[in-house]
Amino acid sequence: MQAIQTENLTKFYGRARGIEGLDLEVEAGEFFGFIGPNGAGKSTTIRTLLGLIAPTGGSARVLGLDIRTRRQEILRQVGYLPAEAFFYPGQRVRDVLRLSAGLRRKDCTATARELCRRLQLDTSARVDALSFGNRKKVGIVCALQHDPALLILDEPTGGLDPLMQREFFSILRERNAAGATVFLSSHILSEVQRHCTRAGVIRDGRLIACGKVEDLADTGARRVLVRGNPDLTGLPGVRGLETLEDGVRFLYSGPMQPLLQTLASAPVRDVQITEPDLEEVFLHYYAEGGEPA
Amino acid sequence: MTLFCHELRQGRLSLAVWTLCIGFFVLVCVLMYPEFEGQMEEMGAMFASMGGFTAAFGMDRLNIGTLTGFYAIECGSIIGLGGAFYAALTGISALAKEESGHTAEFLLTHPLSRGFAAGTKLAAVLVQVTVMDLACFGFGVLSVLLVDHPVPWGDLGLLHAAYLLLHLELAALCFGFSAFRHSSGLGIGLGLAVSLYFANLIANAAPAADWLNYITPFAYTDGADLLTEGGLDPALVLPGMAYGIAALVLGFLHYRRKDMR
Repeated sequence: MQAIQTENLTKFYGRARGIEGLDLEVEAGEFFGFIGPNGAGKSTTIRTLLGLIAPTGGSARVLGLDIRTRRQEILRQVGYLPAEAFFYPGQRVRDVLRLSAGLRRKDCTATARELCRRLQLDTSARVDALSFGNRKKVGIVCALQHDPALLILDEPTGGLDPLMQREFFSILRERNAAGATVFLSSHILSEVQRHCTRAGVIRDGRLIACGKVEDLADTGARRVLVRGNPDLTGLPGVRGLETLEDGVRFLYSGPMQPLLQTLASAPVRDVQITEPDLEEVFLHYYAEGGEPA
Repeated sequence: MTLFCHELRQGRLSLAVWTLCIGFFVLVCVLMYPEFEGQMEEMGAMFASMGGFTAAFGMDRLNIGTLTGFYAIECGSIIGLGGAFYAALTGISALAKEESGHTAEFLLTHPLSRGFAAGTKLAAVLVQVTVMDLACFGFGVLSVLLVDHPVPWGDLGLLHAAYLLLHLELAALCFGFSAFRHSSGLGIGLGLAVSLYFANLIANAAPAADWLNYITPFAYTDGADLLTEGGLDPALVLPGMAYGIAALVLGFLHYRRKDMR
């Protein structure tokens, strides 16, 4: 079964484009990364899937249920963590957790207690006085305490220190191993690369690439670092050329022979040819007029 | 029930503050009555000779020298207008506060239908307004007992029933507006309450503006009409209830399909 399936999903805010013709498929049990810069349509996609906003066109199903007609059933099985968690004034953490569980008509006490322990969250603290990171922890517990089948996480690690990030992803991996689908929207490509099995890249409201993370990163391009002073003029396939103190660095896509001949004819002390990481690929996707590297 | 109790908890401070303020001023007002009681004939004559102003406050038909007349005019303004502010603020913020406080994303990603969420919030608003009105009635009774007068249960009950209807109508109107708003509409709520209050004064003072009585709910809380007629005027109450219900229906229809910010 597919956890998320959208077909030509479109949302316009008046004349402004949110998402347009979005076709996305996330299999149940996947750890899926959703990558895109601000304004690309990530949050619009998530808010449409959760029924916070109505699509202008197209269709979407979450856990096999139509988002227009089965919203409540969907939300019963979904845990959502917004990019910035807001709660009602004057409440303590335990009140928020109890309210969230109560709205789901579920006793989540044991799971909530365990999550609070692992995330080192003080349930007696007032939410008004919490830091951004601690409010995020409250949001995480609210999203996870009812053991949802699908986790939709929007920029989940913002504000969390590295130790907490590690614990958070450890919890996510456990949930994923137990069968939950994780849909992780993030700017932080290293965490997508590290944790997700597949990812989708959204630009200007459209999905421009989707596949296994290693396939997305493996675009045939190579990151080349040269210690020396090669003359790269006339060598096709060189992009993103940076001049360093003692050499140059660039992305190269093309046959190896011309590159090696160019380097061999120049005073070169050292060469490193590596695969670019997802961050570099991502930046390329978002470069003006950029095509997959 | 969880959401209902949550709404009541969120509104309890505001309810307590408004109720105590209104109740306090009702008490103070009635406690001053014995001091004025001896001079009421002169005051009544003075109030009766102020032309349009006299009519605007219904003092041409009410005897301010009696406790019920005094209560209807002096306390009526405090309870009617003060309660209207509370009802308007509670109603206008009920739905809009979720978006202005960015909590809509929290609330509406739980498995609740929009209709259920709005209906529960409406129920909480109506309960809070009713509690405020019942408490004010209690303060009214207490104040009369404190000045050693027999409690005019019938007149007092009628006046307070009218105030309750007024406040429920205003709360319903503002709740309906609230569904259309993304940010706090406190100014709109207060503005609506004040506008309707002044519409009633104008309708009472100027016969040409009599039609305003069919718009403003303050018309059916007019103490002079209530105490002389001995009951509410259905010709004024029914349109008011219809406005409130229409606002609620429109609000619900919109809220069910509204894009949340």
